[in-house]
Amino acid sequence: MTAQSTLAAALERKPPPLGGFSPAILRLEVRRLLRNRRTMILALALPVLFFWGFGLNSSYVHETAGHGNVSAAEMISIALYGAVAATATCGAMVSIERAAGWSRQLRVTPLSPAAYVVIKMLTSLVLAAGSVGAVYLVGAVTNKVAMPADLWVITGLCVWIGSLLFAAFGLFTGYLLPSENVTQVIALALTLCSFAGGLFIPVSQFSPDLQTLAKFTPLYGLSQLVHYPLVGGTFQWGWILNLVVWLAIFVAGAAWSLRRDTARV
Amino acid sequence: MQMARRGAEPAARPGRQDDAVWPPAVDLRDVHKHFGSVQAVRGVALTIGSGEVMAFLGPNGAGKTSTIDMILGLSRPDAGAVEVYGMAPRQAVRKGLVSAVMQAGGLLKDLTVAETAQYTAGLFAVSRPVGEVLERAGITAIAGRTVGKCSGGEQQRLRFAMALIPDPQLLILDEPTQGMDVEGRRDFWKAIRDDAAQGRTIVFATHYLEEADAYADRIVLISKGRIVADGTAAEVKGLASGRTIRATLPGADEAALRAMPGVDGVEVRGDTVLIHSGDTDAVARRLLTQTSARDLEITSRGLEEAFIALTGDGGTGPAGESRAAS
Repeated sequence: MTAQSTLAAALERKPPPLGGFSPAILRLEVRRLLRNRRTMILALALPVLFFWGFGLNSSYVHETAGHGNVSAAEMISIALYGAVAATATCGAMVSIERAAGWSRQLRVTPLSPAAYVVIKMLTSLVLAAGSVGAVYLVGAVTNKVAMPADLWVITGLCVWIGSLLFAAFGLFTGYLLPSENVTQVIALALTLCSFAGGLFIPVSQFSPDLQTLAKFTPLYGLSQLVHYPLVGGTFQWGWILNLVVWLAIFVAGAAWSLRRDTARV
Repeated sequence: MQMARRGAEPAARPGRQDDAVWPPAVDLRDVHKHFGSVQAVRGVALTIGSGEVMAFLGPNGAGKTSTIDMILGLSRPDAGAVEVYGMAPRQAVRKGLVSAVMQAGGLLKDLTVAETAQYTAGLFAVSRPVGEVLERAGITAIAGRTVGKCSGGEQQRLRFAMALIPDPQLLILDEPTQGMDVEGRRDFWKAIRDDAAQGRTIVFATHYLEEADAYADRIVLISKGRIVADGTAAEVKGLASGRTIRATLPGADEAALRAMPGVDGVEVRGDTVLIHSGDTDAVARRLLTQTSARDLEITSRGLEEAFIALTGDGGTGPAGESRAAS
């Protein structure tokens, strides 16, 4: 082939569909994740230990909570904690990629920033599934969690999908902060939000002032919503409002910090 | 010192194609770029034809990387226009027409060499087999190694392999051998020549003069954000320093020699004369036809002098004039 015909053929090339998204990339991202010991401990081992250690004592097992026992409620809480830890850490990994110049390298490929964000979200969902699955598995094999079968599936799915809220948070901080600080910020934010959202101690046991304050924190709405199928009671639209507002804040923040990062070379 | 010229004669370049039919690989038109108060690029106009191997030579901070970033669509010019194969740079990147070997970084430590190449291959619509590009870059033996455990030279070969994956028409290398030892550099350029020099357009930025001299058919010298010289290595050398003719000419008339067009300086040492000129070809022709001069030797003063003369503080005057406008 002459140089001209090679060039002519090349000029006819089409960009890849879906902005460069492909299952092969997702597979490689998941493989990378499984290699990261710290992330695996944070997202899988820690929640399992928490639940095993604190969620299965006999008073929780014998106390009723809605359609099941308190251990079931604990299981949902700890699974949500593990899932958001998983998605937040995954999202925040972009800060390491930025520091390594990988994001810049990717900008000299057909991959669009939107496709990359989708890849990160899906990767974080894979890890979150592992986290929820591990906690629920402990609940199942110890035989101490009482909850109707369909609620295992419903609450598990709600926790899993709901954890995307913190994938957006992770991306936001990951694009905003340097990699040295991002792990500490994420860990601190997760712990504070989990406490305030009632994942470790029920919000009803807080002081009245703290209860009011807790209602404005990012995990409060999501936590109430994922527990609702089990505990029942009065549904509050405020939970949805809390979730939607925080989701909007994190998504807008992630979009803003992503654009800011892309503009700078 | 002479005014710098643009290498605008298309016929002289090997592999050049008819500009009327084929868009040039790169077309920069009066491009400006500033970062805050720093003017990184001040009015660069440059056309790179298909098949050229061009060196972008200049000291650190001259504007090489800023210009390359605009060709790659990583940043946009504040003024002027950038086209790659007649389209917006980002579009050319999306089609896999352009790829780049970046200066440093750009790799994930926790992936293996092969996985990094697979990742890159997964992003393009058309890609060469991973095994083939690893072979081309000479890193098949370390395919299973984690990137974090690779040496600087191995990482650079991996970047090169990644750049080959889309089988690009235009390959841009930004300081590709920085930090490599002499042998590493030689091996790296051998790999590039073995694979990439077959009809591919290559643009590489460097501040190694010998690299530009050895591997480029065209050198564009940039200083303080402006193109100060553009031509073959020999032309660029001639621009700043001129060349020296040494001849045997008994009884030379120094004043007459000085009066010849294009002569910058004359030194008579007995029967030997030394003539400095920016156009030694014309002077030599005259010497041979109009005087009894014999044993002519023409020597170049080297790219290094040209580099210093054209990019140093003394070179700013002509640089302003040479601001290449098409």
